[in-house]
Amino acid sequence: MNAQNSVSRRALLTGGIATGFLLAFHLPLRAAANEPAQKDATDGKFAPNAFIRIEETGRTVLMMPQVEMGQGTYTSISAVLAEELDADWSKVEVQHAPPNDKLYANPTFGLQVTGNSNSIRAWWVPLRKAGATARAMLVQAAAGQWDVDAASCTASKGEVAHAASGRKLGYGELALAAQGQTQPKDVAVKDPKDFVLIGQPLKRLDTPDKVNGKALYGIDAILPGMKIAAIANCPVFGGKVGKVDDSAAMKVAGVRKVVVLDDAVAVIGDHMWAAKKGLEALEIEWNEGTNAGISTKDIWQNLRDASAKDGVVAKSTGDIAKALATGDKFEAAYELPFLAHASMEPINATVHVRPDACEIWTGTQIMTRVQSEAAKAAGVPVDKVIVNQHLLGGGFGRKLEPDMVIAAVKIAKQVDYPVKVIWTREEDIQHDVYRPVYRDQITASLVDGKVAAWKYKVAGSAILARWLPPAFQKGIDIDAIDAAVDAPYDFANFHVEYVRVEPPAVPTGFWRGVGPNNNVFAVECAMDELARKAGKDPIEFRKSMLTKNPRMLAVLNLVAEKSGWGQPLPARVGRGVCVQPSFASFIATVVEAEIDDIGEIVLRRVTSVVDTGIAVNPDTVKAQIEGGLIFGLTAALYGEITIEKGRVQQSNFHDYRMMRINETPKIDVTVVKSGEAPGGIGEAGVNAGPPALRNAIYAATGVALRRLPIDRKLLAAGRKA
Amino acid sequence: MATTLTINGETKSFDAPPEMPLLWVLRDILGMTGTKFGCGIAQCGACTVHVDGKAVRSCVLPISAVANRAITTIEHVGSTPSGAKVQKAWLDAEVIQCGYCQSGQIMSAAALLAATPSPDDADIDAAMAGNICRCGTYVRIREAIKLAASGRQS
Ligand code: FES
Ligand code: FES
Repeated sequence: MNAQNSVSRRALLTGGIATGFLLAFHLPLRAAANEPAQKDATDGKFAPNAFIRIEETGRTVLMMPQVEMGQGTYTSISAVLAEELDADWSKVEVQHAPPNDKLYANPTFGLQVTGNSNSIRAWWVPLRKAGATARAMLVQAAAGQWDVDAASCTASKGEVAHAASGRKLGYGELALAAQGQTQPKDVAVKDPKDFVLIGQPLKRLDTPDKVNGKALYGIDAILPGMKIAAIANCPVFGGKVGKVDDSAAMKVAGVRKVVVLDDAVAVIGDHMWAAKKGLEALEIEWNEGTNAGISTKDIWQNLRDASAKDGVVAKSTGDIAKALATGDKFEAAYELPFLAHASMEPINATVHVRPDACEIWTGTQIMTRVQSEAAKAAGVPVDKVIVNQHLLGGGFGRKLEPDMVIAAVKIAKQVDYPVKVIWTREEDIQHDVYRPVYRDQITASLVDGKVAAWKYKVAGSAILARWLPPAFQKGIDIDAIDAAVDAPYDFANFHVEYVRVEPPAVPTGFWRGVGPNNNVFAVECAMDELARKAGKDPIEFRKSMLTKNPRMLAVLNLVAEKSGWGQPLPARVGRGVCVQPSFASFIATVVEAEIDDIGEIVLRRVTSVVDTGIAVNPDTVKAQIEGGLIFGLTAALYGEITIEKGRVQQSNFHDYRMMRINETPKIDVTVVKSGEAPGGIGEAGVNAGPPALRNAIYAATGVALRRLPIDRKLLAAGRKA
Repeated sequence: MATTLTINGETKSFDAPPEMPLLWVLRDILGMTGTKFGCGIAQCGACTVHVDGKAVRSCVLPISAVANRAITTIEHVGSTPSGAKVQKAWLDAEVIQCGYCQSGQIMSAAALLAATPSPDDADIDAAMAGNICRCGTYVRIREAIKLAASGRQS
């Protein structure tokens, strides 16, 4: 039964479908929502490149090659384009780019991908050039109309002016003439001192509709005749559907159809409640297959055994064998668990398979891959797959996978109406693509209170080998060793190895923080243990080995000052530090924590100092560090996915816990001014939290934790360190 | 079975089983998607609505329990004084990241301010601890609630 109040939106969506190529990106108010991006969409506009559209009214639409999942990239990308374009910021609207690798591939990946904290890094140069070139064409157009030298004209806030004669023309008035100009080559971009938008804490463009329920995420798609499906994936990894008895399910009011796939069963209903009830009423016999005996214990045994072998050498400087034979020797291994992403918006995809086409409504980090995978699953050509990108209710790497879209296409193929497939939170957590288990072994030696030799061996999944095979070369996964090969310290004898170990059965994928979330933890834990062995203060110890890294040294000095490092603390309260060079940003963080007598942890305060080069939007940088810290601290405090009998044991937020507001400390983030090229920021905070907390616990209790999540039992008062 | 509810001051009639949670009626029958699904077991707060002004989790609230009660959702909370203040403060403090949890956060905060106009940290913890934000916006949520309570908004 349908209510009237959704009719207007349905009409909108229907209108879009009728045009054949709907770009249903919804940012009403300031956004170009639902505007069809047809091939002729540039008619009557100034469209100098794939990113900028200026209409005769002056309306300025910027096409977003990267997706918005909370990181603020729509606002930052727009600021970069608008800065060089000298656009009127109040007229800027954003629209999501359609799937098109030729126009919108991320320059780093060669694919239309949002990830690895690189949206601004990858697009900084190309988008500035795109903006500057467009501005030059508008200026040329005005100079032509006035018959003056272009060099005597200036552009600002969406207008070209000729100071000598006092004449002005708006970009809208110039749009058609600018479209006729030849593209100049090698237009100079601005000197950063002339920036008016970049570096300002501009208000985000996407948030006004997020306070009133208007913003539309993939899960909010509603289409005429649409039904809702709930899915049960085989509880055992790799298992298949055996027998299904749907007689009770089909009797549930509102259930329309039961769809049996190879490895999952779905119930389609009039609404999610009927679909869920139907799913509960199904009797399913699974063919659990060969993974039904697998447990986390076996996986760890397998990883520990494999990590004993020599790895592939990723980097080696100096003479590591000789250097390790002298000095005071240190050895440790650090272990990190499987983690789920648990983005707040549960996994979902809406699909309509028509005789000649397949249309998808979802929020994804990989638009073109979703398109090509859906084409295969639907059995239609790629150009017959329409992807309507939506806002993402969190991505964190989970939406770098197309599995949910493929499953939804298979379900939708069996009916002629659109189906929205919603995963319950239980399915979301139990059928994720998990942050892999890692084991990192560090062997080092100390001479004169400094690290003279550092041998680091990381063992874990090669996610890139599966996800982007050409990037996996000579047995090295460049993601798995990220922040290990480029540890920030002056280690004269330095050696990094990688052992590829794939956990049996469990699918692994990118998780917020990617490779560095493992390596920063191990490196920074070991540095604290080495400092103690050397009898030095953890910050002084690090500083003595950062002599060639002035940016890192500067943030470390500042965080020491801002965090009150060295000031006295009560018993069982400690401060811990983390230094990290990830994603071309330089970040130093201090966590202050109290550990009570039974080992429970109270976070008192977190201080971070960030040098991310030019901060396009300093408020967004702060917000990303604040949120990233909480994401990382959540993992340190609670995060662990375990497996028994081939099944994930956690299922929802009661047993896969998240930090809550009452556990959140005061967080103080300082963004330092810098003229360097922008670094990445969306994931950096994640990596800082766990080692800084672990080192605070080490300071407070003397217990050197070497596994996450933190085992409170090891921290009770009176236990031997 | 025909059910009638009062939602955002309007009467809505529809067919649904009495035990069906309000969340799915709002989203899948009435097409009001501002109220979000996050966990389905009253653990995350994404589905928070007001029933007679109090914040409740609609994912576990059978519609049979809310006949004759005043239901308010995120789409309409801006028409209440505390809801409007909270929405404004959320934008002033730039609280929001992905935004998926924020309908629920705003509903919880608006109910808090309506009952406790000047909440202290403990009041904020008590009212807001049921709302998870995976993006980790808690520091700014606290700040925005205080901003809304202070009346010092831009
Ligand atoms: S969806 Fe209701 S509390 Fe999570
Ligand atoms: S803003 Fe993303 S979950 Fe709260």
